[in-house]
Amino acid sequence: MTYEWDFFTIFQSMDLFLEGLLTTFLYTVGSILIGIVIGLIACFGRLSKFLFFRGLARSYQEIFRCTPLLVQIMWAYYALPLIIGVNIPNYIAGLVILSLYVGSFYAEIFRAGINAIDKGQTEAGAAVGMSQIEIMRYIIMPQAIKKMLPAFINQSVIQVKNTSLLYAISIAELTYMTYVINGETYLPMEAYTIAAVMYFSILFPLTQFSDYFERKMRRSD
Amino acid sequence: MNNDNTPVLTVNGLVKRYGAIEVLKSIDLDLVKGDILGIIGPSGSGKSTLIRCLNMMETPTEGTIKLQGKKLSDKFKSSKNEIGVGELRRKVGMVFQHFNLYPHKTVLGNITMGPKVVGKKSEQEANEYAHDLLGQVGLSDKADAYPSHLSGGQKQRVAIARALAMKPDIMLFDEVTSALDPELVGEVLQVIKKLADEGMTMALVTHEMAFAAEIANRVIFLDGGVIAESGTPDQVLINPESERLKTFLSRFHG
Repeated sequence: MTYEWDFFTIFQSMDLFLEGLLTTFLYTVGSILIGIVIGLIACFGRLSKFLFFRGLARSYQEIFRCTPLLVQIMWAYYALPLIIGVNIPNYIAGLVILSLYVGSFYAEIFRAGINAIDKGQTEAGAAVGMSQIEIMRYIIMPQAIKKMLPAFINQSVIQVKNTSLLYAISIAELTYMTYVINGETYLPMEAYTIAAVMYFSILFPLTQFSDYFERKMRRSD
Repeated sequence: MNNDNTPVLTVNGLVKRYGAIEVLKSIDLDLVKGDILGIIGPSGSGKSTLIRCLNMMETPTEGTIKLQGKKLSDKFKSSKNEIGVGELRRKVGMVFQHFNLYPHKTVLGNITMGPKVVGKKSEQEANEYAHDLLGQVGLSDKADAYPSHLSGGQKQRVAIARALAMKPDIMLFDEVTSALDPELVGEVLQVIKKLADEGMTMALVTHEMAFAAEIANRVIFLDGGVIAESGTPDQVLINPESERLKTFLSRFHG
């Protein structure tokens, strides 16, 4: 007996899907932007000449890279409030953890990009009297950004998918909405197919752009 | 003014250690205005380390270096009694063996970065002087080219122009032709000779013995971290005294 797809019923819930998609988009963009700031701070912490900052940055990175994101989200929402005695709304827990998580990976990407720049570049800037900050701003970062862009886009693509874990704390992003719609329509095939197509439609253009950019960079080298 | 014998750079008891390894064992050196100092010696003798101490790209372990009578400090900012590295490197220019041009900037952009960022010069002033320098090194038509499009000799000439853009009092050349194909060496040496003729005070670490003999007024032979021989090119290069120096020079033809 072949399955009879019933997209007509599912499409009745299109407004919910789109609401979920918007929420996914907002958490993605929000956590990426905050994650970039956190990543930069952690990156420069890793590169600092002071052991304290290096240690702090390293610890932060290891904690967030070596534990599952889902566990981090659950811990922030269920366990942390008990420790600090303050209730943490799910949207705050979700956004903060997503940002800290992606920030730890961004920090590594930024650090690798900066370290990939030849030491001679720093020396050339130093030799005309530029300060460390000026060298970073005018010489190192412009070159490093080009080098780190593919890895950065790759991580950001993964981040779009990471937002789906927020469903576990009842944040109404796309995966959660799909779960709800399925609960009402009992059409899991259709519901999750639509969800997959929606995620794909956001991510495919991003991966294509990343490939295009990488090809362009390789040609110009 | 050219015959003023006040030392521009004075090195006293310079020692440089990397961990347990002593690369410079105790160097005393004076550089007078208009001096063209050739620094020769075998690999590992400390020549690069010595010249890099002169603009504090390496920090001395012991000893003092004075520029125009003022002691060098390893801090960026100058204090009342000491010259910080920021100020030092505006007065002492350096050209590297591997050029180290900024690949993301044009030739003009490479030359004007120092004057604009450090010297706070206007775009127009920086560009004008950069064009002037490019003319002096024979690369006027390359202002808008990127370093990746240049030959080694052209890159090094741009690197020299870039160092000159800061209007330094002293120029340091760290084996600037060692990474070049032989046929490109001449064009770079020509530029350096012109600078020498114009009275620039300079120190050159080099393996080009004939060139050193031609333009230097003083040569030091560095061996095992000490100045083993020192004198005029005639004394050091043409009539070496020690066996060690004779053996070293015999490896170079002409």
